[in-house]
This record gives sequence, structure tokens and C-alpha cells, in this order.
Amino acid sequence: MDSITTQVFQQIINGLSLGSIYALIALGYTMVYGIIKLINFAHGDVMMVGAYAGWFAITALHLPFLPALLFSMIFCALLGVIIERIAYKPLRNATRIAALITAIGVSLFLEYGGMLIVTAQVRTYPPVFPATQYIVGGVYFKYGDIVMLVTAVVLMALLHFTVQYTKVGKAMRAVSFDKEAALLMGINTNNIISFTFAIGSALAAAAGVLMGVYFNTINPLMGIIPGLKAFVAAVLGGIGIIPGAMVGGLMLGLVEAIVSGLGASTWRDAVAFLILILVLIIKPSGLFGKNVREKV
Amino acid sequence: MLVLEDVNVYYGAIHALKGISFEVNQGEIVTLIGSNGAGKSTSLKTISGLLRPKTGKITFKGENLAIVAPQTIVSKGISQVPEGRRVFANMTVIENLELGAYLRKDKTEISKALQHVYELFPRLLERNKQISGTLSGGEQQMLAMGRALMSRPELLLLDEPSMGLAPILVKQIFSIIKEINASGTTVLLVEQNAHMALSIANRAYVLETGKIVLSGDAKELAASEEIRKAYLGG
Repeated sequence: MDSITTQVFQQIINGLSLGSIYALIALGYTMVYGIIKLINFAHGDVMMVGAYAGWFAITALHLPFLPALLFSMIFCALLGVIIERIAYKPLRNATRIAALITAIGVSLFLEYGGMLIVTAQVRTYPPVFPATQYIVGGVYFKYGDIVMLVTAVVLMALLHFTVQYTKVGKAMRAVSFDKEAALLMGINTNNIISFTFAIGSALAAAAGVLMGVYFNTINPLMGIIPGLKAFVAAVLGGIGIIPGAMVGGLMLGLVEAIVSGLGASTWRDAVAFLILILVLIIKPSGLFGKNVREKV
Repeated sequence: MLVLEDVNVYYGAIHALKGISFEVNQGEIVTLIGSNGAGKSTSLKTISGLLRPKTGKITFKGENLAIVAPQTIVSKGISQVPEGRRVFANMTVIENLELGAYLRKDKTEISKALQHVYELFPRLLERNKQISGTLSGGEQQMLAMGRALMSRPELLLLDEPSMGLAPILVKQIFSIIKEINASGTTVLLVEQNAHMALSIANRAYVLETGKIVLSGDAKELAASEEIRKAYLGG
């Protein structure tokens, strides 16, 4: 293959790796929005906590990658449920702006509370994967990239299965569509909302661990930019729509990789937010968004 | 079976139910009729636990309902078909029906309930895999009723099942309500279509601005001058 094609493929691989992280975070945004119509701006910070929990599991508990990932996911699932119960549940019937402001408050609390606990110092993720590289047709696949992609795809497949085919998944869709009708079915909507926060936060934690592995360093403010970008990804796919978040995340990752590949890596973030502006102007409901059908 | 005693319900400052009392006995079809805003839907929402009475008592088979969660009320055997059907339009027909049986664990009992629903509404079996938002209004009403029956309720609350349906469909729906009642389910029916409601009910209560102003045997009410003038178009 000539060097340009190789370059393009290389950027596609990089883009998919980064995009799968965005997708995992975007899923949490979109699920929470789907069920209580709240943009949970603390979501990126939950990812940060996940990165630290994974780092703690690897360095202090000496766990290998998968158990550390699981540890971090469970830790953040609990954190997500606690945040929902303490910060958002009392505001269930308040205005949406009140809940939004609270979410920003929770975000700042996690960022600076985190700084108090782990200090602002940057921590280094230990290398959990061998530095093996595979070369196929001139394109480099790092061992870590492959594990990341596989992890993300497996988690997304699990989520899809849960939402589509399990009882709790059907209850989630029912609550998201019509809370009062769901209550009439005997669904405990509070439990379903907590469950949604648990799943979304666990996915963010996985993204945090992968992020730590991918970029090697973590700090208490690391959740801000990826959190915002995952929000862009969720809006791009259509907020509230689960497949939309997956596709939106992957697309955003690809676009960023291509912009970087063209030598304009300083423009990466600008391009991400340009996409947000374009989506909001051209199709605010997102790629997968439908016009809501009026029910008579 | 179901007894409401001096129930008062408020929406914020609005006094929606002003001390209403009525009862539904096992095996009956009882209807609440009245015009828009009389408090018919509010009564049903209060029985289902979506709204809480400020004062008053609601008992079902001797148990106080005013303090239990909506999901517990469903598990005690009260199921509601809400106004405007409220089917989960983003989900298939079968998924909607499965959600109706959300609190039930026994698989064979669930499939029996499903068989029963398909017998009452063969159309739902034909449309099994269809997204319910694409069903016609009549089919959605059937689905909402079938979904409510999946919990095998002893008492079925129906809120305006005739709303927005063609007269021929209204007739069909009402004959199915009679069938459901004949198979042992007690029915509390809220209707604006007083004529149809009185034709199938045993007893009726007339609501006006949050108060019960008349009650009695459905046939007698249908014949009374007062009702004919106010609700049956002369």
C-alpha cells in the first residue's frame, strides 16, 4: 500500500480507539437524558473517578486489567446511584434548569473534591498491556488499541442486549417513554432510574480506565473535555437514543483523528464543537433523531 | 370491594375532588360519568396511587390504599387503562403486553394471561411484532386494555375507552368490556359518552366539579329526565 492509504488507515484505527471511549461516555449521557431529561454534566467527572479507581486497583491492589476494570465499574455504578439519590432525586419535579445547575455543582464537587483527596498532581497509569505491535499492510495495531476496541464493543453489545431483551431493559424503555404509564404497569420507576445511573456510570468508569491506559496520565480535571466531547457525540447521534450515542462517539473520534492526521491537531477540539454547532443548526434532533409522533 | 370515603384531592391550590364517596362491589360494572374537568380521571389516578388524597379513605378488599405505592396497588389486583391509551409507542405490541405482566413471575401464568388477551383481541396477535405507535387508534385502545389485563386484575379501571374512536369501534370496545366483566373482572368505567356507559353498567355515579351529584341504578339514571338533559343530549 502506498503511504497515503496507510496513513488514512492508521488514522481510522486511532479514530476508532478514541471514538470508542467517547461512545462509552456518550452512552451514559444519552441514557440519563432519555430517562429523566437531564444533561448530567457531572458525567465526565464520574469517568475521571473511574480512571482513578482503576489506577488504584492496578497500582495499590495489583489487579490485572480486567479485574481492575470491573472494580472501577462497580465503584462508579455505586457512585452514580448515590449522586442520583442525593443530588437529582429531590429535584425530580423541579424545573429542568434547577437540575442542570445542580449537575454543574456535582461536577465541580467531584473535580475539586477529587483534588482534595488525590491532589492535583498528575498520576501515571502503569503499562498494563505489552508493547506488542502488529503490522498489517503497513498499518500499526497496538495491543492496547485492540483490547480497548474489543472492551468497548463488548460493553456496547452487552448494553444493547440488556436494553432490548431483558425485563429491566424493557422497563427502562417504558420509563423513558412515559413514567406515569410505567407506574401503572407496577414498575418501580425510582429503581429503574437508579439502575440507569448505575449502568451509565459503570460505562463511564470503563471509559476512564481505557482513557488512563490510552493517554497514560490522569488528573482530577481530565473529565471536563472528554465529557463535553461525549456530550457533543450524544447530541450528534440524537440525545436519548442509544445507538446514536455509539455512532456519534465513533464518528467524533474519526473526525478528530482525521483532523490530527491532516496536521491540524491543535484544531481538534474546535472541530468537535463546530460539529455541535452544525448539528444544532441543521438537525437538532441528531442523526438518529426522529420527529416525535403526536399521540392522539 | 373498593370503597372511597370522603376523599379530597388537590392539584396544588385547586381542590379537584371535594369529598367524594362511592363504592364498587365485586362483579359489577360501575361507571363514573360527567363532563370535562368533573374529576373523573382524577378519581382513577387517586385509586391507582398516582395522586394522593389529602384526606379521606380508599380501601380495597378492606386494605387502605391511600398510603401504598402505585406498584403495590397493581400487585393487589387493580389495573388501569389510562386516558389516551398511553401505550409505549416506541415498543412492539408483544413488548407492551409483557410490560403489563411486569410484576408477575410465573411464566405459565403469564402465557395464560397472554392467551386470554389474544382471545379477546385477535387483532393484537396479528400485530404482535408491530411497533405500537403505528397501530390505529382502535388497535391502540385494544392494546392498552390487553396490557392492563396482563396483570390479571380483579378490578379494571378504564378511563375514557371510547375517546376518539369511530362509533362502530366504540360498540366493539364496549362489548369487549362486558365480556371482560362476564369472565370475572370487576370494572370501574369513566366515560364522557354517558349513553354508552349507562347501557352496559350496573350502577352509575354522576360527577360535577369534584362532587358526586347523583347516583343509582344505571338503567334508572339513563331514563331520568335530569340525566337525559345534561348528558344524553335531550
